[in-house]
Amino acid sequence: MTEAFDILLQTSFWVAAIRIASPLIFATMGELICERAGVLNLGIEGIMVAGAFAGWFTVYSGGDLWAGVLVAALTGAAFGLLHSTLTVPLGLSQHVVGIGVTLLATSLTYFTYRLALPEVTSPPKIEAFQPLPIALLSDIPLVGPALFAQTPLTYLAYVTVAVVAWALYRTPLGLAVRAAGENPSSVEAQGISVTAIRMGAVMVGSALMAVGGAFLTMSAFNSFFFEMVNGRGWICIALVVFGSWRPGKALIGAVLFAAFDAYQVRLQQVTGGVVPYQLFLMLPYLLSILALVLVARRATYPKALMVPYQKGER
Amino acid sequence: MRLEPKPAPSLATTLLFPVGAVAVTVLVASLLVLAAGANPLSVFGLVLKGAAGSQFALMETLTRATPLIFTGLAVAVAFRAKLWNIGAEAQLYAGAILTVVLGTGALPLPAIVLLPLIAIFAALAGAMLLLGPAVLKVRFGVDEVVTTLLLNFVMILFVSMLLEGVLKDPTGLGWPQSQKLIAEARLPRIVTGRRLHYGFVLALVSALAVWIVMKKTTLGYEMRAVGHNPEAARFSGMPVNRILLKTALISGGLAALGGFSEVAGLKGNLTLDLSPGFGYSGIVVAMLAMLNPLGVVVAAIFVAGIFVGADAMSRTAGVPSYIANVMVATALLTMVTAIMLMRFRVRWR
Repeated sequence: MTEAFDILLQTSFWVAAIRIASPLIFATMGELICERAGVLNLGIEGIMVAGAFAGWFTVYSGGDLWAGVLVAALTGAAFGLLHSTLTVPLGLSQHVVGIGVTLLATSLTYFTYRLALPEVTSPPKIEAFQPLPIALLSDIPLVGPALFAQTPLTYLAYVTVAVVAWALYRTPLGLAVRAAGENPSSVEAQGISVTAIRMGAVMVGSALMAVGGAFLTMSAFNSFFFEMVNGRGWICIALVVFGSWRPGKALIGAVLFAAFDAYQVRLQQVTGGVVPYQLFLMLPYLLSILALVLVARRATYPKALMVPYQKGER
Repeated sequence: MRLEPKPAPSLATTLLFPVGAVAVTVLVASLLVLAAGANPLSVFGLVLKGAAGSQFALMETLTRATPLIFTGLAVAVAFRAKLWNIGAEAQLYAGAILTVVLGTGALPLPAIVLLPLIAIFAALAGAMLLLGPAVLKVRFGVDEVVTTLLLNFVMILFVSMLLEGVLKDPTGLGWPQSQKLIAEARLPRIVTGRRLHYGFVLALVSALAVWIVMKKTTLGYEMRAVGHNPEAARFSGMPVNRILLKTALISGGLAALGGFSEVAGLKGNLTLDLSPGFGYSGIVVAMLAMLNPLGVVVAAIFVAGIFVGADAMSRTAGVPSYIANVMVATALLTMVTAIMLMRFRVRWR
């Protein structure tokens, strides 16, 4: 029993927790922006797959690491453009289009991978982002290495949360995005196009989802393989609800979830194979469902979420 | 730009727009074929030949269409009532598990009793699996999209656990697979020497049954009313939550029958690769069919043809078979767009 508790005091556990949280933070922020503007983006899972591949493939073909991140973001934005063109001006079902974008992004990625590397059996590795300890801060016991001895992409994830929170609550653009998700006609009354705001939000959000995917190939596994995203996108949708559509709360949710995920892996080793390992692997998904049940009653969805907007319609 | 409703579309437009959707899909696929350095015309020729070029090919396509009819029906029923069941994959596996549990010798019964019994229990397992998310939706307001999606991942881990545990085949040389079904639990082949089995007939009967329920019964009317406008349905005194739960039971049961049919008709045992995404393809099938149960049969055969044809094509032409998945996903997006354009006129000013 003490072994199970000791895990919590291991530095390596907290380092792993923050590393696992990083891709979730990017993708959760991306989904949060979309939903705050009134668009549910179920393309998230596929966009993460596409981002994971785009970033990895750029570096594999000789590109710079940051160029890989940029290419991933642009790939995500392109799928965001597709998603938002269909859901915003054309007002198609966000459920169906989202699933369609996920299927399309995933299959296009697999097709491209097979085309580019027809003969490969074990996926090739790249020189990925390396941990970059920040002087002094990373010397703090336990917290230091966990928060400040990560790769630059993790630091970018912290910055993303701060920027998203600041932009949503402290800028006129953020106000317009939030209003587009709550009361779109008030946005139109300001002379701002709801269509433009929503499409922009979905493209920016999708770019972040793709960077989240790219984290997996460029800062965690260092290579691309099929089914590597493995439901992380859907978990991020649950995290947005859990975080009540607020960047700070969603960040806490992502870190808690990641800590739990890192914990179950270590607990597996402690229990030494008595309990089937699949039960541990199920826990993160079941936890997400449980979290949804707990918050669902008092969840305050953006009022215009999934409601298409038509100019001049009341 | 604005969208204005059109008057009821004529027969010509009803045909024109879906054809346009398919044309765009073929165009996208052609670009990918060109990217792969092959000739689109010859590649599509090979796909067509692989899907329907011979009696063997045609039977393979119908065999592949069978589980897609079940999952397509499951999605069509659920989406009609705006119950977003994205978990047909998990429900299919639930049916498959029950088939193996009851069909490997636990019940020494003749086939005529055993097969219907297994089918009923398989359907019940799938129904129960979707009932969970449906109850969470109506009682707690939990979005069923996320819960059904997440349960797909839980279910595949659960199957993996069973196949390495209680359901493991002791003679399977360590592979994660179940024991073979006993002969009485196998659905017979329709033509000897071909893989097409009576699961296909069960799928056709199910499609007809669902069509009758949707068109001719009060429940079908209520499901459509709830899907069209839940507030209005509630206001008119319909028990909306009860209707949603019934929808979930039917939908989950249909998907699970797909698992029963695959195990009892085709594979004979349960493995982790029983379904290469039949649950997700079912969404495409249902949308292509515009949620019409009889249309699901046609759409499932069409989608199955793409998969079977692309498999055959990729062996000879060297274009990755994932092109089938791209075509199916593209067809989904172009089709929903076509349906919208059929009903609304886009005004740019």
